[in-house]
This record gives sequence, structure tokens and C-alpha cells, in this order.
Amino acid sequence: MKDARALATALADPVSTLGLAPDGWTSLLAIARAERLDGSLAYRLADMPLPAPVARALEDARAQAEFGRTQALWEVEMARRALAPLGIAPILLKGSAFAFAGLPAAIGRVVGDLDILLPRERLDEAEAALLAAGFEWAKDDDYSQAYYRRWMHELPPLVHRDRGSMIDVHHSILPLTARRRPDAAALIEDSVEVAPGLRILSPADMIVHAATHLFADGDLAGGLRNLWDVDRLLRLFAAAPGFWARLDARARRHQMIEPVALALRLADRLFATPVEPRLAGHDRMRDTLFVRRLLARDGWGRSIRPFNRLGFYVRSHWMRMPPLMLARHLWIKARAK
Amino acid sequence: MHGFDVRVGPISYRIGSAWAAPIAVLRRLYAGYPAPADGIATVTARIGPPRPWRRWIRPQVAIEGDHNLPDTVPMAFGHALLAIEMAMNMQVALGECRHLLIHASAVERGGKALIMPGDSGSGKSTLAALLAERGWRLLADEFVMIDLATGRLIPFPRAISLKNSAIAEAEARVADPARFGPHLSATPKGELRHLRPNAEAIARMDEPAEPALILFPSYGFEPASDGVSRSELFMRLTEGSTNYIALGEPAFDHVLRIVETIPAARFAYPDTDSGIAIVEQFCAEAGL
Repeated sequence: MKDARALATALADPVSTLGLAPDGWTSLLAIARAERLDGSLAYRLADMPLPAPVARALEDARAQAEFGRTQALWEVEMARRALAPLGIAPILLKGSAFAFAGLPAAIGRVVGDLDILLPRERLDEAEAALLAAGFEWAKDDDYSQAYYRRWMHELPPLVHRDRGSMIDVHHSILPLTARRRPDAAALIEDSVEVAPGLRILSPADMIVHAATHLFADGDLAGGLRNLWDVDRLLRLFAAAPGFWARLDARARRHQMIEPVALALRLADRLFATPVEPRLAGHDRMRDTLFVRRLLARDGWGRSIRPFNRLGFYVRSHWMRMPPLMLARHLWIKARAK
Repeated sequence: MHGFDVRVGPISYRIGSAWAAPIAVLRRLYAGYPAPADGIATVTARIGPPRPWRRWIRPQVAIEGDHNLPDTVPMAFGHALLAIEMAMNMQVALGECRHLLIHASAVERGGKALIMPGDSGSGKSTLAALLAERGWRLLADEFVMIDLATGRLIPFPRAISLKNSAIAEAEARVADPARFGPHLSATPKGELRHLRPNAEAIARMDEPAEPALILFPSYGFEPASDGVSRSELFMRLTEGSTNYIALGEPAFDHVLRIVETIPAARFAYPDTDSGIAIVEQFCAEAGL
């Protein structure tokens, strides 16, 4: 197996796995675990006739995903309890939002840290309440604290002293130093209540956020998983009348039209996701670079294409802050090591 | 990538190495083990250079696989076999969710299993290895797996990892030199040599056993023994388990059943012969 294409194909078209040879299965499992998509794969293949050892391995992956879901929902409840007395209804982001709202993107998906979005002016109160509820700073050096508070779109990460779980409290979806400036107030204004005291982003904003996360913030590590979210979400949302027009309008409002278009093109290329062609635009030369990065994993689950990866790593920092600031940031980080 | 597929009890491994030599050693060590069922290995454990040039220049081995721990320290190339063992263990410790894991060794006689939990250095591996040369069947030397459906112990008889003085003890009692791996010296765990379990342990690796007695050994003290309270037993079994919490209520129920029905004791012993004598004494009293 040359790269992770087999995983993308298996997710998009489970029937394609019927022809897999024994070593093909071994590779597929290794790639899926490396991309942390084994739970998603397990549910996609649940109704397929599978060789017995594969069926057992995927059954285990489903059990692990179910345990992860239980834990994620518990963390949501803990955050709700901490913030409810202040009258703050956190907006759940990414995996926790999918799990809590029962969206198809949550099926088998790993949920990492709990990510929530709050109005910036409520940040201080929320922080105090979370500290009182047993969360502590994961990074408590002066530079990290100052860096996050001044430039980032989130508080420094908090870890619970008993449960070891992490919560990221956001007030926007991109660093304040990034060139693109999403409209955080609009994200909050359009959010949807899913339970008393808990909210999620509107469908269009959820896609914008997924695209932001994929292409405007970070080096595409775990990118295949994020693109799979986009596929699952679009297949659900696209049926609603006027969805594509709303997505277009929201992407423009958040200055995210190019990342959203790229997300649509790549989802179409890798997962055959139905997308609106006018919004996705024509294929670009550099799309291929993104595809190669997203699939940069060999049949042993190892990272491959180091130069492509390095390019995206440099790009992630380049987008995140202006050059002089980046130089200063890397200098301070290097000296601290 | 050089590869080798092997099945140890319920785990079907694909083991990979960037170098040929460690795989050749591993093949000899695991001679006689079955291949994965249906030819499909479902767990990948591998070793490779932590940085590309470390493949050739002062080679180092990093411990990797489907499931990874952050910040594992790369090892010297000469310790590649230990690195593979650790990579294999890491997959079980982090990935197993069908069977409850208990950090212990185990041997069986007449269908009944003696479980010996203990920290590194307690002598649990050595005692299990030597009992297995005296009419007991080796079930496990590190990971005891409890089947959540039946409560029975599922054998996981991988190669035993003998350390320091245990190496000479085993060499004196095992006649067949082909069952030993190479000497590994000055590893992070001290002197080390692997021992392939005997043919019976491998042939009967799919035959479960009923947990019947739990003994906590402590090597290097004057002979003594003492009971273990049920609450302490519960704590010690669960604190050494990497998947107890993830398995939820069924795991709790099984540990509770073990704690309430299976006798347990601790004992100290100064040398292997007296250790074995104490174990046999306990087993005779417990009807094993």
C-alpha cells in the first residue's frame, strides 16, 4: 500500500474492501489507527461480510469509541455544571458538539479535548469558575500564559486535577494574529441551543469551523479525520433548502471562502462528497499537495513524505502570525527547551 | 520494512523492523508459534529509526506501532529485541479491550490457574518460568487476560523476559539452548535474555484456565507469608491494569468476583528454590 488512499476509499465506499487480501486488511487497520479513524471505519464496515479476525478488531474499535463517547459526554456535563451558575451556555465545538448533538460525524469518532466557545467578555468569569471546579493550568510559565492571553483565540489549556481531562476555552476560532479574521460575535449569535445551557454552532458555521481547523490553523496533522467530519456533516446539511447559499454567505463573513472551497474540493476528491460546484470552484494545482499531505501514511502506519509535511508545518506557522513575531516566538520556545 | 507475522494467544501481530537482523532473531525466538488466523494480523508493532539517519549512523530504535505512548525513549540498536518486546507489550497495554488485563504472571495445573501479580523485581516472571519447567503450564509472564464473558484466564504466552540473576537460574534448568534468545547486556532493565515457553505452553495457548489462587511474591527477603485483605486485593489488581477503567462495569464485576471467591496471600522468599517450595505449599493447601 503506497499511502492512506485505501482508508479514504474504504470509508467512502465500504464495498471496496471486499477485494482486500490479508495483508491489505492488516495495512488498512494500521493506517486507520494511525489516523485515529479506526472507530469511524469500524462503524462504516459494520454491515459488511468481514473475515473473522477483522470483525473482532473492528468490534473492539467500536467498544473503544463508545467508551470515548461516554467520557466526552461526561466532560460536557462537567463544563455545563461549572458554567451554568454564571448563566454562561458554552458553545460546544468539534467532536464534543457532534457527540452531544448526535450528528453522524460522531459515529465512531474519537473525541479529544473538550473545546468550547464563549463570548470574549465572559472569559475571565468562566476561567475563574473552571479553576474553582478543579481545572489547573497545563502550561503555567509566564511566557505561555502571556502568549495565549495576548495573541491566541483561546485560554491556555486547562487540565482537570482529578480526571486528567483537558478543556480548551475559545473566544474565536483563529488566533488574533492570523491574517484571516473570523467574526466570533456572529458565530455566537447564530449558535443553536441543543439542551438547556449548551449550544452548538449553526450548520454553516460548523463547516466553516471545520475548514478553518483543517486549512487555516495547523499543519494538517489528523487532517484526514477532519476532512471526514466535513464529509459527514455536508451529507447531513446539504439536504436543507438554501444550505449552500448560507454556507457561501457565512464563509465570506468569516473571511474563509478559500479554505471552505478547498475543504469542499478535497472532500469531493477523497470521499466523493456531494458539494456545490460553484462554491467549491475549479481544482487548483496545489490541491494535489494537500491530497498528498492528507494521505501521507504508509501501509505500516508510518508518516511518509517528510518534505511535504515540513512544508505544511512551516505554512501553519506562517499563517498564524507575522514573520517578526514568529521569529521571536520560536526563539523564546527554543531557549525554553 | 522487514516483517514477521505471529500469533500469541488472542493477539495476532504483524511485527516490522527497518533492519533485517532483529526480525531474524525474533523468528528464531518465536519458532513454533502459530501464524495469525486466516493469515490476517490485526495488530502492528514495529521498530524503526527515531530520525532517518539513525538507521545507519549510530543506529537507534524507536518503539512504535498502532498504539503509541508519547515520549518513549529510543534504545540502542543492540537492544532491538527488547524494543520489539516493548512495542508488542505497548499494543496490548493500550489497545486490548476484549479482555481485562492484570499485570501478573500465571501458570496452570489441572485447569486451575495460579496468578502472581507483582512489581518489576518481585520475581513473578522467574517463578512462572521455573514452575513451567516443573509440570506447570505457562499462561503469561506479564499480561494476565481475563475473558469478560466467562471470567476465565486466556493464555498470552509470549517469550519470557528474564532479567539479571534469573538468567542463570533458567539456564541451569532449561536443557534446550535453542529456546533462549541472545544475551542483551546493559539494557535499561539490566541484563536481559528471552526464553521461549516450552512446546506445551505454545501448543495449548488457546486453552483457557480457571483462576484459582493469587500470590504476591517478593524476592530477596527472609521467608514469610501473610494474608491479603479483599480491599487491598481489589486495589492491587486494578491499579496494575491499563484497561480496567475503559472496560467499565463488566471489569468491575469480574474483579469483584475474583476478590470475593479466590484466595490470595503474599510471601517473601530469599532464593528461587525456597520461593518454589513456598508456592507449592500454598498450592497444595488451595487444592491446585
